[in-house]
Amino acid sequence: MGLDIKSENGTAIALLTGEIDHHTAKPIRSELDRFIITMQPELLALDFTGITFMDSSGIGLIMGRSKLLKECGGRLEVHNPQPYIRRVLKLSGIEKIVKVR
Amino acid sequence: MEIINQIKFSMPSLSVNESAARAVVSSFLIQADPTVEELSDIRTAVSEAVTNAIVHGYRGTTGTIEIVVRLLADRQVYVRVKDQGCGIPDIERAMEPMFTTAPEEERSGLGFSVMSSFMDKLSVKSKVGRGTTVVMRKRLGADGD
Repeated sequence: MGLDIKSENGTAIALLTGEIDHHTAKPIRSELDRFIITMQPELLALDFTGITFMDSSGIGLIMGRSKLLKECGGRLEVHNPQPYIRRVLKLSGIEKIVKVR
Repeated sequence: MEIINQIKFSMPSLSVNESAARAVVSSFLIQADPTVEELSDIRTAVSEAVTNAIVHGYRGTTGTIEIVVRLLADRQVYVRVKDQGCGIPDIERAMEPMFTTAPEEERSGLGFSVMSSFMDKLSVKSKVGRGTTVVMRKRLGADGD
C-alpha cells in the first residue's frame, strides 16, 4: 500500500497505490488525517488510479476523511476509480456526499 | 451438486491475512476462467466475510477462520467462510445496510450488502458463543474458451 501526497495552493492530491481493505485502511487513515489536520487543504483529491482492490473498508475510509475535511472547512473528492471499485462506491451511495470523477 | 474441485484452508484471524485469503481464492478460481468482473466480485465478497470474522467474530481475540471454495457443475462457485467466534445475536439487524457495531473503526456497515449484491446467493448462520458461517454462491458466465 502506498500513499504520496502533493499539495499546491490549498489543493492536494493523494496518490494511492495497492489494495484497500480493513488491514491497509488503518495506516492510510492516520497519514491522511495527519495531513488534513496540519495542512487544512480546501480540496483533497484521493487519486485511485493505482488502487487495484477495495472493499467496504474503503467506504469507511472515504466517509471518515470527508467528515474530517468538512470540519476543517475543506472537501474531499475521489478521482479515477477502476470500474469494479466504482461499483462498490455506487452500492454505498457515497457519491451523494463525495464527488467521484 | 457435483464438486469438480475444491480448496479448503484456515488461518488465524489476523487482519494481514485478509489479502492472503483473497489471493488464495483468486488463484484457485483462475482454472474456471472467470471474467475480471466476476473474479473481482468474488474477491470483494470474500474480503467482506473474512473481515467480519476478524472485526466482529473474534473481536479482541484471535481465532481460526476456515474457508472452503468449491467449483461445482454448471460453473457454480461456492464459498464458505466459517469462524468460531462470538456469533451474531440478531442476523437480520446485522444485515441491514449501514448497521455496524464498530463505528469507531470506521466500519461502514456495508459488508453483507456487498456480499449479497456481488454474489447470487448469501446465507448466514450464526449462534451466539458458537460462531458464524457465511455461505455464498455465484454462477460464472459461459466459459470464454
